[in-house]
Amino acid sequence: MDFITNTLAVFPALLQAVPVVVQLALGAMALALVLGLLIALARISSIKILRGIATFYLEVIRGTPLLVQLVYIFFVLPSIGVSIEPVPAGILGLGLNYAAYLSEVFRSAILSVEHGQTEAALSLGYTPTKTLWKVVIPQSFVVSMGPIGNYFIAMIKDTALTSVIAVTEILKTANILNSQTFQTTAIYTAAAILYLIISLPLSRIVVVLERKARANG
Amino acid sequence: MADETIIDVHDVHKTFVSETKPTLWKRLSGKPHVQKRVEVLKGVDLVVHRGETIAILGSSGSGKSTLLRCINKLETIDAGRIYVNGHLIGYEERGGELIAEKASITAQKRTDIGFVFQHFNLFLNKTALGNVMAPLRDVKKLSAAEARKVAVPNLEMVGLGDKMDNYPSKLSGGQKQRVAIARALAMEPSVMLFDEPTSALDPELVGEVLSVIKKIAQQGTTMVIVTHEMQFARDIADRIVVMDQGVIVEEGPPSRIFTAPQHPKTRALLSRSGILPA
Repeated sequence: MDFITNTLAVFPALLQAVPVVVQLALGAMALALVLGLLIALARISSIKILRGIATFYLEVIRGTPLLVQLVYIFFVLPSIGVSIEPVPAGILGLGLNYAAYLSEVFRSAILSVEHGQTEAALSLGYTPTKTLWKVVIPQSFVVSMGPIGNYFIAMIKDTALTSVIAVTEILKTANILNSQTFQTTAIYTAAAILYLIISLPLSRIVVVLERKARANG
Repeated sequence: MADETIIDVHDVHKTFVSETKPTLWKRLSGKPHVQKRVEVLKGVDLVVHRGETIAILGSSGSGKSTLLRCINKLETIDAGRIYVNGHLIGYEERGGELIAEKASITAQKRTDIGFVFQHFNLFLNKTALGNVMAPLRDVKKLSAAEARKVAVPNLEMVGLGDKMDNYPSKLSGGQKQRVAIARALAMEPSVMLFDEPTSALDPELVGEVLSVIKKIAQQGTTMVIVTHEMQFARDIADRIVVMDQGVIVEEGPPSRIFTAPQHPKTRALLSRSGILPA
């Protein structure tokens, strides 16, 4: 019984870290969505240089661990005169990283929109650019809804990595508590449960969104 | 102005080049990769006048759909010229030379050409009404209220006044095609092109689409219809055009084509469809 009461006792302290997690996740997701779409467009563009830059970015981001990227932004950039506060650094690191993965979601979603949709728009007098923005991209968003949702959940869990760059999110808060009270089991169990409480409802929402998207397709 | 020219297709050639990607082994052994060239249009001339209804017949692979798609530049031609309403399609002429035009200019010219696809190609994320309103808003820049005012009567004309809020997934093939027709008509083009509009439909749904097309023809809209529906073509066309292997082999009024075809290919086509005895 002690274990349960101890675990419950940790929650109020950990809950104080939730706003930081929300801030990280929403900020990084916004950055990742915008940048991801731009990278996807660059990857399918007819301009070779754009394609090259986008592909290079993708390879660098996917070929290095997120943890290393965060550390790099927080500890290495200051040496060239760019110091970023922990939370913005976390948002930047997570956002730049997830942009690469989301760009692949967008790219395949854009390519999955039937060619007939494009032809219909062109035949009605849409310019190629307008066809992309008014017809293809809106439809690709419907397709990408589920994968984006799943990446969002993954990102929330990855916010734990920002503990190494001094962001006082859930894991860092747990570490601090642990160093003060040494109730290791209770503290980290509570932290794990807190992540579950956040991510389980979200994954239910993603399932519903995916079902809706399929019904309208 | 019964003989005002709407479409003028002049000596149009089109070749499809398909490049078969060589296998890794072939590339390693240095074999050149193969280009497959198929000439689908071999010098086609066609004039369509205002108010005319033209039906293009021909077996599959005769080039009839390609010709139609060239008229609004869904396909690019290799040689020749196509004018719609006096505008050269796809190019601008400068000092006797043809220069590829900007995409925005092509788009502008396309607003004057209605196109109906075999597979409808309705915007899947929009309702029937949304489909008809979309180009009015996005291309013609009408306000939502104005677009609605144009879209609703067009949907009613094709008999779908009660299905306006349905998404394509909740419409039958025939209904989808009628929405597609309303969507093209709402742009008030000078000519409507139909690319096998009933070929993808279940047999029992063909009639409703054909009767809508007939209704539009009777309103005096200029139309070019690529079709396999012989009886329909005979009913509604002012002129029948028969294509075979990339050329027009015969054209004339249905009364003559269907009773006294001159060209052996026409005779073969008609007897295969059971109109002429074999």
